[in-house]
Amino acid sequence: MIDLDALTKSFPGAPHPAVDRLTLTIPAGEVCVLIGPSGCGKTTTMRMINRMIEPDAGTIMVEGRNILHVDPVELRRSIGYVIQQVGLFPHWSIADNIATVPRLLGWEPTRTGARVDELLSLVGMEPAQYRQRFPRELSGGQKQRVGVARALAADPPVMLMDEPFGALDPITRTRLQVEFLRILRGLKKTIVFVTHDIDEAIKMGDRIAIMKDGELVQYDTPEAILARPVDAFVDEFVGSDRALKRLALIPAADLMTASAGDARPRIAADASARDALAAMLGAGADSVTLVDEKGAPRGTITLAAMRTRLTEHDDGSIGELQSLPIH
Amino acid sequence: MFIEAWDYLAGHQAQFLAALWRHVALSASALGIAAAIAVPLGVRLADARGTALVAINAANIGRTLPSLAVLALVMPIMGTGFTPSLFALTLLALPPILINTYTAIRQVDPDIVDAARGMGMTALEMVRKVKLPIALPVIFAGIRTAAVQVVSGAVLAAYIGGGGLGDFITAGIAMMALPQLLVGAIPATLLSLGTDALFGWIQRTLTPAGLRAR
Repeated sequence: MIDLDALTKSFPGAPHPAVDRLTLTIPAGEVCVLIGPSGCGKTTTMRMINRMIEPDAGTIMVEGRNILHVDPVELRRSIGYVIQQVGLFPHWSIADNIATVPRLLGWEPTRTGARVDELLSLVGMEPAQYRQRFPRELSGGQKQRVGVARALAADPPVMLMDEPFGALDPITRTRLQVEFLRILRGLKKTIVFVTHDIDEAIKMGDRIAIMKDGELVQYDTPEAILARPVDAFVDEFVGSDRALKRLALIPAADLMTASAGDARPRIAADASARDALAAMLGAGADSVTLVDEKGAPRGTITLAAMRTRLTEHDDGSIGELQSLPIH
Repeated sequence: MFIEAWDYLAGHQAQFLAALWRHVALSASALGIAAAIAVPLGVRLADARGTALVAINAANIGRTLPSLAVLALVMPIMGTGFTPSLFALTLLALPPILINTYTAIRQVDPDIVDAARGMGMTALEMVRKVKLPIALPVIFAGIRTAAVQVVSGAVLAAYIGGGGLGDFITAGIAMMALPQLLVGAIPATLLSLGTDALFGWIQRTLTPAGLRAR
């Protein structure tokens, strides 16, 4: 768990504090996305958690420790760190790069070697093929795979990720987002993820913290932020297509009525409500049939059911109390 | 004429070997001392902007001074002999090493340094494990420049009693004895060329595999 309390940081010559009395609780094992326009303080906030930047005021508790009382070097070795430009050491092999923190911690070479192979496999790279390669021989996507493996090496409970997919082409980016989400969820890491891409935030985050001018504007689940933006800024930030983004988060199966009609078009059982809508619009229909893998109809989804779902929570009320865990 | 030079060399073997040894010892010492000062200093300066500006500008000025002028300037203060020569040659060797070290360390990709720091390397570990190895080829290029400059400059050390192969040259010029002059000049030239080749080889060998051009 990460607990930020009244965290404040000012830089000389700036009109307002980079981070202004930020209070935020990130439950253990969750992905918290910090998002906002340039200069909103999201990266500064992240970098204060491993003391790359020292706060002016406030406290940061990580796994029950007040990190301002922990030696920064020791602290950083216990927190995974991934940056956009990866920053692999060009003079070291892939294996040496991944072994960085275990070696700093003085692990036995055999244990380190086994861990390197385990991590290469985890991020989808064949150990025997890549162990002895050098960073310059890898593609951008492969470099970031190694970057994430390197950050995971000593199995830190907390990971900081600063726009890890920001420098990748859209196809690689989407593939890595899906893959890393699966890996990181499986490992139950508490993750602070910085991005400026709202679609990435919705996809990756258990919770999204939207920041503006150093202040926290809204902190909630992606679904809740899309359903109930607290103000005009958030509304604009999430985009005019927020209804569609919400539908993308809802499994089509959730809106299914048991009526066993066999209307066209048909969609797969794991499709989202957005896929269902697209199918309806494409076929000029106002309902679709959800089918299982064998093509047998399981139920019907109607446009009306979608409309109901989107409006029932969307009553204009202010969302849950900010920074309060919901689960 | 070359045969006469060969005869002169055969007749003064001991003297020649002593001069050659002195030349090498003088150059190597100057280079070693200069590297021991300039590399750590350059690394430190790379993190200290204000001081660096002064030091690097001073080094750049130092670089423009003619070797003979440096030797001549040392003489009134320190007199003649091995030590003043060593001092002057060390001064000559400092600027290229210092400038290259400073530049090379400054040019290490800031993202790489950020990653190193973020993973929990201490300042010393960052220098030892990351900055120096990456900067090494450029630092060594500076040492190579300095080495050639010192080996050539050491010829002039004879003017302030530093000894070395320059003794044959100055004496040869003074007495218009061409064979004697050549016994100093040819080995001195070969020594410079050899030094350049040797350091070029070391530079390539020390370049980490991951940084070598494919």
